[in-house]
Amino acid sequence: MGVVKRKYVLPGDLIVEGNYQIISNAYRIGNKIYSMKVGMAEITNGKVKVIPLRGPYTPRVDDLVLGIIVDYAPLAWTVDINSYFEAFLPAQNVFGKNFNPEVHDLTRKFKIGDLIAAKIVSFERGKDPMLTVSGPGLGKLTRGELVRISPVKVPRLIGKKGSMSKMIEKATGCELIIGQNGLVFVRGPPEGIIKAIKAIKFVEEQAHTSGLTQNIQNFLKGGG
Amino acid sequence: MGKLIDEEGRRVDGRKFNELRPIRIEVGVLKNADGSAYIEHGGNKIVVAIYGPKETHPKFMALPDRAILRCRYHMAPYSTEERKPPQPSRREIELSKVIREALEPAIKLEEFPRTAIDVYIEVLQSDGGSRGAGITAASVALADAGIPMKDLVVGCAAGKVDGQIVLDLNDLEDKEGEADLPVAIMPNIGQITLLQMDGLLTIDEFKKALDLAIEGCKKIHQIQREALYRKYFGTSEAESK
Repeated sequence: MGVVKRKYVLPGDLIVEGNYQIISNAYRIGNKIYSMKVGMAEITNGKVKVIPLRGPYTPRVDDLVLGIIVDYAPLAWTVDINSYFEAFLPAQNVFGKNFNPEVHDLTRKFKIGDLIAAKIVSFERGKDPMLTVSGPGLGKLTRGELVRISPVKVPRLIGKKGSMSKMIEKATGCELIIGQNGLVFVRGPPEGIIKAIKAIKFVEEQAHTSGLTQNIQNFLKGGG
Repeated sequence: MGKLIDEEGRRVDGRKFNELRPIRIEVGVLKNADGSAYIEHGGNKIVVAIYGPKETHPKFMALPDRAILRCRYHMAPYSTEERKPPQPSRREIELSKVIREALEPAIKLEEFPRTAIDVYIEVLQSDGGSRGAGITAASVALADAGIPMKDLVVGCAAGKVDGQIVLDLNDLEDKEGEADLPVAIMPNIGQITLLQMDGLLTIDEFKKALDLAIEGCKKIHQIQREALYRKYFGTSEAESK
């Protein structure tokens, strides 16, 4: 593990010159690597990436996302996953292989406006992302609160190996379901929910600062 | 018409030939937009809002391999000395097009196939050089929306007034002067994205005016950077180094 070099960058800023591999949010002209977003550039071991401070959610395969059912057709639901593409959930995925649009009624499972937790099965640039709800913890979400945060702040809310979200869960007695798309579902006792929402908003506001874990600890101890 | 430049080389508002009007940029002024910016450039007061990337409506306008950029430059009825009818005029439709074409080369539209990015430029108070100020604010707002860009775009004009090449024309100089040359550039990678000319310039004058306008753009670029630094990193650029 080499030394990590960090610096603030704006679109068009020269990050580094040389033969580096670009991981994300940067581009190359000849030998020079420039940033494409407002954020923090990280240079490690011949690799360059920019961690953005603002931006939409881009679907990735295997991401856990929370979505709201916005429509249904005979064979699939359309789900708003807080991205620039609408996702679709095939009815076969819910009713099984024997799904028959004449027998099964899609609205009996999910209605318009329902909140679901789902995984992204496939996503190509030319096609809308496809979801699945088969798996532990996936499906309709009820009895809780939905919080929206900026999708680029999600990694900070989860923390290293889930440390941040576990800490909030422990302190508030709530369960957090964090979608990579910036939608967070909080389930638990009412006082805990209020505290957890405040903590989530706090993480979002302070996401770019160092010593965030300590600050959150103090915040949770102080009763929110 | 009196003289636009006095014996000491001062212009109608007291500036020298190579001086800009005062400029102030603010980032993230609108809550509902995905990205926004406000600019005061001399007498110009312009708000820019960005919505997108989002699904394209109407659907037939969508392109299979990249996003479409839609731009609306609009002057409020109260933005001018005499009331301006609110419907888009011929001039506003043209400016919407040239501003779109000035911003397009900077944006990585290929990253968002089939989507649309909307840019709304509202002029609340107008002065000379509002297209340049609109472009400057729009690129800051696009950065605020987190849309990937090759570079910020900066707009500024130069022109000829009383036989002299001057930077950043105000309304009076624009109307009474001999020529106006709006320019927009991507300063870091050194490319021109907009170049128009109204009036007459010799080739030498044109070269001089273009250099002056690019110099002005680079100064405005620093103001853009400061505005984004203040908003996102909480410091000025010099302090962070």
